[in-house]
Amino acid sequence: MRETWHEEEVRVSDVAEQVSGSQESGAQVPLVDYLVLGDDPHLRAQECVACQARFFDRRNACASCFGAEFRTVDIPNEGVLRSFTIVAHAGPGIDVPFVAGLVDCGGTSVRGNVINILADPDHVALGMNVRLATFSVGFDDNGTEAVGFGYEPI
Amino acid sequence: MSASDDIWILGIHMTKFGKHPDSDIVDLGAEAIMGALADGGVTMGDMGIMAAGNLMGGGGIGQQLQKQVGQTGIPVYNVSNACATGATALRTAIMAVKAGECDMGLAVGVEKLAGAGLLGGGGKSRSSANVYEPTGRFGAVTGTDGRIGTATMPGVFAQVGMEYGHKYGGATFELFAQISEKNHGHSTLNPKAAYTKAMSTEQIMNDVMIAYPNTRPMCSANCDGAAAAVVVNGETLRTLSQEQQRRAVKVSASVLTSDPWQESCQVLPDVNTLTRNAATQAYEQAGVGPDDLDLVELHDCFATAELVHYDNLGLCEEGGAVDFFKSGAAHRDGRMPVNVSGGLQSKGHPISATGIANIWEVCQHLRDEGGDRQIEGANVGLAHVIGLGSACGIHILEKSAVAV
Repeated sequence: MRETWHEEEVRVSDVAEQVSGSQESGAQVPLVDYLVLGDDPHLRAQECVACQARFFDRRNACASCFGAEFRTVDIPNEGVLRSFTIVAHAGPGIDVPFVAGLVDCGGTSVRGNVINILADPDHVALGMNVRLATFSVGFDDNGTEAVGFGYEPI
Repeated sequence: MSASDDIWILGIHMTKFGKHPDSDIVDLGAEAIMGALADGGVTMGDMGIMAAGNLMGGGGIGQQLQKQVGQTGIPVYNVSNACATGATALRTAIMAVKAGECDMGLAVGVEKLAGAGLLGGGGKSRSSANVYEPTGRFGAVTGTDGRIGTATMPGVFAQVGMEYGHKYGGATFELFAQISEKNHGHSTLNPKAAYTKAMSTEQIMNDVMIAYPNTRPMCSANCDGAAAAVVVNGETLRTLSQEQQRRAVKVSASVLTSDPWQESCQVLPDVNTLTRNAATQAYEQAGVGPDDLDLVELHDCFATAELVHYDNLGLCEEGGAVDFFKSGAAHRDGRMPVNVSGGLQSKGHPISATGIANIWEVCQHLRDEGGDRQIEGANVGLAHVIGLGSACGIHILEKSAVAV
């Protein structure tokens, strides 16, 4: 399914290029701001200095202990698939089926798709070991590529 | 007026759930209110407060309904709490009566949801962005649903059930389908259910897959409906007729909780902890335990959700939900019948009505008015709803002690 997405996004991108005349610029942006790209793509979180609770978005105070001091920490790339579903019906424009999962990355729960795997119950298993991998989401009119993340079997 | 510790349901009504193309939310809500008032033998003139819930309409449903059934100038509280909206409306009316602000209160929940389709999978269209700009709380440059997991309700609740399976084992596709088979079987005895067709486990497993392991019949049915209830304090009830006292149902516990912080709640809603907390509080308030319950209506928005709530409500020992179901306990002829109404999978789930409709179901049995699906000798029942976000409402109800 990843490949299907990719082809579709490239096709959309081609159309966009014909309209705007832009080229792929080589620039990349992460799909979300808690994904860090570069040589070692990984996720980061805001960690409460007082109780170590972690958040992927900003908080005024820690939801667990109300502490107001946070630091940025990296999330391990490897984890264990704690739950999943294989989505067969989704909103308009979302390709199905895909595997949505909950991954335990060294004690931090992460939501993400399980990628580079056949999306059927015979190939996805609770408790399987996975690691973070990135994929191309598409290109905008300036030729900037959006890069997303998922988890692939180890 | 005086504060009173004992609260009773004096009158209660639910419309038939299903498609009501010729009725709007005001028609449906008014039908539920008129039914509840008539059931309790009272009028709008007796009500001291009104709490009204509706999510998909334009707002101000309480005032619209007053114009339809009686404007007396009483305070109206329009409430919104996801799938716990109906229970929240009821709880609001109960709090006002319990506080002594009035003797009687009215709660109503109504929704038009037929044909609403898949809920929860919204967000930015993928093709709308021409230039990537980070937006929102996660700085997303384009739509994330389907790329970073799923926000669709069938998918979220599928993961809730699968996570339970990961923790304790035994939660197979077939088991979830069997739970759905039970509820669809129960629905054949409920004339107010949106769907009343029995389905085999095989039929359910082979139906359209929505989000594995939830197939279409394992998902709550979007439909139209309304439910309303009149609550009264004990002191006032004792001034009413013998018949009103006999049919009144005691609210032994009324609890609403939200979710306390849990490590993974930011990525997968935790429907467990707040339900466990609510159940603990409710049993303590009512002075009963799970073994005292004669029937339970729990929030089976998906078959995968019903399994975890056996455990969350203490109907089985921790980790024992699969064995509990396999023992046959949750069937209507079992020791702890669950969702004899057919549950949300077949009765239907007009969101704001659900949290009062499940109480209506329990009341039918406690009043010996359950018809073909009556649970004989029912004395105590529990009604549970959960709205994502989250909010959990639990009410424990007891049969009146007044003799016929």
